[in-house]
Amino acid sequence: MSDLGHVLVLAGGLSAERAVSLRSGERVLDALRDVGVDADLADADAALIQLIDADPPTAVFPAIHGACGEDGSIREVLALLAVPYVGSTAAASRSAFDKPTAKSVAAAAGLRTPASVTLPRETFHDLGASAVLERVVARLGLPLFVKPARGGSALGATHVQTAGELPAAMMTCFGYGDTALVEQFIPGTEVAVGVLDLGDGPRALPPVEIHPVGGSYDYAHRYTAGQTEFHVPARLPADLLARAESTAVTAHQALGLRDLSRTDLIVSGREVFFLEVNVAPGMTETSTLPMALTAAGLDLGVTCRELLRIAAARGD
Amino acid sequence: MSSEQRRSPNPSRVDPYLEHYAARTRGMVASEIRALFAVAARPEVVSLAGGMPYISALPLDAVGEMAGQLVADRGAVALQYGSGQGDPGLREGICDVMSLEGVRAHPDEVVVTVGSQQALDLITRIFVDPGDVVLAEGPSYVGALGTFASYEADVVHVPMDDHGLIPEALASALAQLAAAGRRAKFLYTCPSFHNPAGVTLDGPRRQAVLDICQRAGLPVIEDNPYGLLGFAGEPPRALRADDPRVIYLGTFSKTIAPGLRVGWAVAPAGVRDKLVLAAESAVLCHSSFAQLLVREYLATQPWREQVKVFRELYRERRDAMLGALRASMPAGCRWTEPGGGFYVWLGLPAGVDAKAMLPRAIAARVAYVPGTGFYADGTGADHLRLSYCFPEPDRIREGVRRLSSVISAELELRSTFGPAQ
Repeated sequence: MSDLGHVLVLAGGLSAERAVSLRSGERVLDALRDVGVDADLADADAALIQLIDADPPTAVFPAIHGACGEDGSIREVLALLAVPYVGSTAAASRSAFDKPTAKSVAAAAGLRTPASVTLPRETFHDLGASAVLERVVARLGLPLFVKPARGGSALGATHVQTAGELPAAMMTCFGYGDTALVEQFIPGTEVAVGVLDLGDGPRALPPVEIHPVGGSYDYAHRYTAGQTEFHVPARLPADLLARAESTAVTAHQALGLRDLSRTDLIVSGREVFFLEVNVAPGMTETSTLPMALTAAGLDLGVTCRELLRIAAARGD
Repeated sequence: MSSEQRRSPNPSRVDPYLEHYAARTRGMVASEIRALFAVAARPEVVSLAGGMPYISALPLDAVGEMAGQLVADRGAVALQYGSGQGDPGLREGICDVMSLEGVRAHPDEVVVTVGSQQALDLITRIFVDPGDVVLAEGPSYVGALGTFASYEADVVHVPMDDHGLIPEALASALAQLAAAGRRAKFLYTCPSFHNPAGVTLDGPRRQAVLDICQRAGLPVIEDNPYGLLGFAGEPPRALRADDPRVIYLGTFSKTIAPGLRVGWAVAPAGVRDKLVLAAESAVLCHSSFAQLLVREYLATQPWREQVKVFRELYRERRDAMLGALRASMPAGCRWTEPGGGFYVWLGLPAGVDAKAMLPRAIAARVAYVPGTGFYADGTGADHLRLSYCFPEPDRIREGVRRLSSVISAELELRSTFGPAQ
């Protein structure tokens, strides 16, 4: 048994990404147990605070995706309970989870990010959808990518080819949140870059190229084994690979993130575009971060154990 | 990018057996809808989605004692292999149960199955080749559609109204198939307290449907899980009661407990023989323990009284749901008023899409099943299924109140963006 003591993996939550989170949590739990850590799984529900009070864990590994897990709220509660946790602070998570904010921070740090507009649902109601959407298309052109400003797993996201498809895409988006991010669609190679900091500063893991087979990288392609082809490292020239890595590290640092994150990028021609960053990256069998760890020669369980050790030593 | 640069050292598609799967697995992919149902399992969400019987109303202590006694007294039989057709004593008990619906069957005609879902699977296995036509009500039970899809059947839906399957529509569907040089393999129907529509095929139509199928030489598969769960009067007379050629599917999942997985099929001798062989090749035999437990339950427990307890419980919940729907649903919604069973089928105002609305409903802490699940071709987005069997009446009222707010918000969203393209 490890000297780490008892740790908790948090998974589940009440967002649309609950199912994915439960799979991530189970995988982290198994990996930790495989390397001798005394770990249990807990949901973010009404029993959690009592559970932590009754048996305070040495540290917590949050594997909750979407709201609650990535918007900083669960981390704020862990801080209130004085329980150390792996990953970014509540404040940094809030900035990272809000895609428009993260894009602004990334842009201010010198990264390229697709042109976009952020519009809440009320704006369309108050000003008239067609007039607003007309201006959106006039400004950004076509094709576009519409997604909730906060959320993940491509839920509520649509690739829009024509202006006629835009109203339906907006409605799909507003199913998952009240604010939409409408971005220029940049064709290119989709790449996810994990960033890991084991106490010696953030370093990029090998970039993972995502190639959905016969479609876009939607929910089905993300979570059905075989629907997407992954290439580790991404099939890019060495200089672009290096730029993808540095982009992820820059985003991680600019947003004040810690321990681990995953940045999603598009490499188009010679340009690297920042799309978004995740503070609780997916850990499922089809998720890119565990693939990147393997490619870097790192074991998932050992890495998670180290991150928990660092959190415990840090004390918050 | 040059071809050399694009060559990957170790491309991964995660699943090493990708190239080995049968073509019929093509549709087996992760879905956002399933992901949302994971949230519905949380207690904060009022789930009007799943059709889970209210097992807490069973005399669980008595069932527990019976189970212990069964192992102690007859463990060597209860934990041993059994026959492919099922325990003879249980088959006698099943005939008693069906007599309440007017069915007179001999235990030899009964094949015990792993829930009626397996009966459906076996029926489809012995009748349907890939591409064969199966007729089914529109909407139809999602589990049946899944089975038909797995055998690559071509499902043709026959419309229903508040009185069940429309005989004229059935005749018309058969005529169209004949004109196209095609022939249906069977009609799959749930005539009493339909899942998901909640409606019941009325008396005159029952005979009309049987007549049409008889003339066409079309086998009828009568799926009757809810027949004993009517809220007023005697149980509806089964189709099988008036035509021994009908293949009848029954289950104890609703009248005792689905965890036992005991269902059955009643079929004419030729079909029965094939079902037994198919069952043996699928599972060798069914759980002897579960069969003997049900047999014991039927022999020693007041099961007819227990069915009345369930009926009264579900009637109260149906009333709670209908009352809440009347009190709160926005204009443009319409719904069926079930006389039994578990489900209300709710039609949405024009332009509202039940599938697109589901994430908003989950965010508002209420769950339902979009109508698209009940049509093989993915239509049905203008309806949703509400089940009232599991939540307490107060929770049902709260769930319907939340749902009405979600539909109102959806209407506002539709008015903002106009109809979907």
